[in-house]
Amino acid sequence: MAVDAGVGINEANRWRYLNHIRKTKGPFNEDAEISEDGPDPLQQSKILVIGAGGLGCEMLKNLAMSGFKDIHVIDMDTIDISNLNRQFLFRQHDVGKSKAEVASAFVMKRVKGVKITPHNCKIQDFDEDFYKQFQIVICGLDSIEARRWINATLVNMVDDEDPDSLKPLIDGGTEGFKGQTRVVFPTITPCIECQLDLYAPRAAVPLCTLATIPRQPEHCIEWAHIIAWDQEKPFPSLDKDDPEHITWLYEKALNRAQEFNIPGVTYSLTQGTVKNIIPAIASTNAIIAGSCCLEALKIATQAAPSLGFNDNFMSYDGTEGVYTNTFKYEKKDDCAVCGSLAKPLKVDPNWTLRELLESFATNAAAQLKKPSIRTEEKTLYMQFPPSLEETTRPNLDKKLRDGLGLVEKQEIAVTDPAFPLLSFKFILRFS
Amino acid sequence: MTEIVMTQTPPILHGPSEKEKKYDRQLRLWAASGQAALESANILLVNSGTGTVGIETLKNLVLPGIGRFTIVDDAVVDEPDLGVNFFLDESCLGKLRSQCCTQLLQELNPEVKGDCYPKSKAAVDLNNILTTSPTFTLIMYTMPIKPEDLATLEAYGRQHCTPLVSIHTAGFYSYFRISLPGAFPIVDTHPDAEKTVDLRLTQPWPELVQFAEEMTQDIESLDDHAHGHLPYVVILLYYLGKWRDAHNGANPTEYKAKVEFRKTVADAARTDNPEGGEENFQEAVAAVNRSVKAQSLEPTLREVFDHELSNEAELRSSFWVIANAVKKFHDKHGALPLPGSLPDMKAESKVYVKLQSIYKAKARKDVSEVLETARAMAGGEDVDPAEVEMFCKNASFVKLVNATTDGRDLSKIYDSEKANDELAEAVGMPLSLMPIYLALSATSHNAAATIDEIKAEVSRRIPGAADDMRVLQAAQEVARAAGGELHDLSAVIGGMVAQEVIKIITKQYIPIDNTCIFDGISSRCQALRL
Repeated sequence: MAVDAGVGINEANRWRYLNHIRKTKGPFNEDAEISEDGPDPLQQSKILVIGAGGLGCEMLKNLAMSGFKDIHVIDMDTIDISNLNRQFLFRQHDVGKSKAEVASAFVMKRVKGVKITPHNCKIQDFDEDFYKQFQIVICGLDSIEARRWINATLVNMVDDEDPDSLKPLIDGGTEGFKGQTRVVFPTITPCIECQLDLYAPRAAVPLCTLATIPRQPEHCIEWAHIIAWDQEKPFPSLDKDDPEHITWLYEKALNRAQEFNIPGVTYSLTQGTVKNIIPAIASTNAIIAGSCCLEALKIATQAAPSLGFNDNFMSYDGTEGVYTNTFKYEKKDDCAVCGSLAKPLKVDPNWTLRELLESFATNAAAQLKKPSIRTEEKTLYMQFPPSLEETTRPNLDKKLRDGLGLVEKQEIAVTDPAFPLLSFKFILRFS
Repeated sequence: MTEIVMTQTPPILHGPSEKEKKYDRQLRLWAASGQAALESANILLVNSGTGTVGIETLKNLVLPGIGRFTIVDDAVVDEPDLGVNFFLDESCLGKLRSQCCTQLLQELNPEVKGDCYPKSKAAVDLNNILTTSPTFTLIMYTMPIKPEDLATLEAYGRQHCTPLVSIHTAGFYSYFRISLPGAFPIVDTHPDAEKTVDLRLTQPWPELVQFAEEMTQDIESLDDHAHGHLPYVVILLYYLGKWRDAHNGANPTEYKAKVEFRKTVADAARTDNPEGGEENFQEAVAAVNRSVKAQSLEPTLREVFDHELSNEAELRSSFWVIANAVKKFHDKHGALPLPGSLPDMKAESKVYVKLQSIYKAKARKDVSEVLETARAMAGGEDVDPAEVEMFCKNASFVKLVNATTDGRDLSKIYDSEKANDELAEAVGMPLSLMPIYLALSATSHNAAATIDEIKAEVSRRIPGAADDMRVLQAAQEVARAAGGELHDLSAVIGGMVAQEVIKIITKQYIPIDNTCIFDGISSRCQALRL
């Protein structure tokens, strides 16, 4: 710790407050292993931040200010003007540049002695060998799919013979004045997939409402987005970040709204509906990122007991006063990632296979967009490769019981290219 | 749910401005009105100690675009500052901390003005700064603070009705406390959308009754399409009418009656149609519990109605004039002004839009009546119709923060928390965080207090409390930090305080009443009125 960071600053002086707390035991960490002479866990830990957006910017700052020295960050996004109200490492002149690169450079310039390695790519571009090098993984993501992918990867990596293969996963999320922090010790405590039902997908508006009886401004916008765009194809493909494309949808929606006398279609609502924009502010990101990094500090240094083995979930709500709910989420035996049992699945035996497959997209416990399906004996439908897709396609219009011969309590396995490590097992219950 | 505008002029087709683009994600929370309030705010931070939590709070206010901030802090940047405060770097060593932080915070948002004191390395004259600066909208100060500075700030707060926020952070612990100048009403509280649905099914007005009757006069002979597209409001009004005829005019508002009524509605759905059921009837059944109810006042609104105006400022405020006019409306009609919004429901577009306009027309009529009452009242001559409209729309959810001026006896609160803990312990619920407040606030003027000094100060305020095992542990934990901040914890608190400041400035959502205690070890907080 007394190493000079190369700028004439005495490192022991600089980290005086942090180290004083770390080296003084308190009433709640009496059993901690804290030694004056051994290797410093903050110097030894390599930590990975996933996402360099609202939460990620805060996390990089916090980890650097918590004494972590070797940090990696992955983000494939570039900086947009709407990020500047909260992603405080970015300036107007950074718009269009890589988030991971700009954020890393900023924090390294401000906090001397920290090394941050940016990766301007997708998390799926790396394999287990890459993720193995870290001691802690901390996520500030807005995508459920990315969370599920990294969760499955970290759970799958655990080797009972090798304690180093277990990487604590800290996950943050925000929406408006609300947010949550979760700590997962993969295979030991409940994982992200165990908690998938927290992200129940919104029920979609029926197509016939959009097509024939719109009542809300959102119905007009979805009509423009789903129906009018497809019919008129004004641009080769829809880019939701292109103002010209959004303006086209806005005008279409507005015309339709006027036709039906429906008020309330605005540019802002059009953009929000089409992009599914979630409100985001600096203060909520500060709370959740701060909480995530506090847990990382506690896990790395034992300065206090962390979330994880008992309480593992903290939800925050600032809409009405200040409210936290910190509790123990339970592990699920039928979790597709860390459990072993099949989940019960209620289906109508008169459904076609196509109807069953489509239901997986909105099923809170599955949320799969490109499902392939098989029983223990035979393949019912495969999305890939094309030859197999073609052979199995006729099954799509067959009814589950009478056409395909599926029976009550039959076990089926569903896979999806978004989660190559996973097979979702279900037991059919006929309704 | 949407506002209905009867005469629809097509909006000019232009995209958002650069500023709207930058603030898009927050405008979706507090709209242009909230943003305007932030942009006219002038905030003072009196900083001290290890000095991080106040700066982290300001960061979260500069980013969304507060108008102006001022930092008062006489500390000179030293090496330990660089290990805890992100808005300093090695070029700041030996310079005034207030100046360096102001400069690096301003970089975050060119639209925000920053100022700092002292201007040179000299003692700070807080009184002089307060008298020579433009009036502050809100003042934050961090602990430890000199007792004479605290007295100066409190005097300013009383004189100018300025909200004060005190923030204390050490190691894993923190609390912040908000002192509002008197009762603080909020109209735009943003309740959950489903809570705000008010269909008046048990108290319909003539236009609504007539509309429902016209649609249902031949309900049995309607074709499947028409029957399947009756809005659920109409379905429920029809079957409620039949129910009242059979029950001496009583509505099914009690649990047992509701269950039976729900079954009546469910049984009335057609099942011999191609779909084998009717979505609109399903919606009607689902709405019974929520929407078939006797009108009742939310306790929070009752508190507004019962509030006794205590000072000159309240007597002059348009809020209280309108509140009084709404109360008169409620006394007269046995119901609040209708909010006027209609949730989405299965219906033909035309029918839905018509129904929407019936609700909206009634809401407008109620607003006019309240406006007329308000204007006839002393002080209400110039009341703004838009303010009346907003009040009527949100009436059920209007909230008074800091409603009472009860003496706050710390010993009594402590005893009550102890009593609660006995119950909480028995059922495995989290225990009170008040010990953290007691231990931390014992170091308000002496950050590096020892365990014994903390215990002595706690005992001075609440005799015997320092012998409590949990208070002792909290004292040990506070002493462990020796007045030092952990950056992560100050980042969390900086976010929490910024949220509260935003709510107070925008008068939207509901600010805490009045103290938040945060435990970074168990990762939870508690709100207490202290």
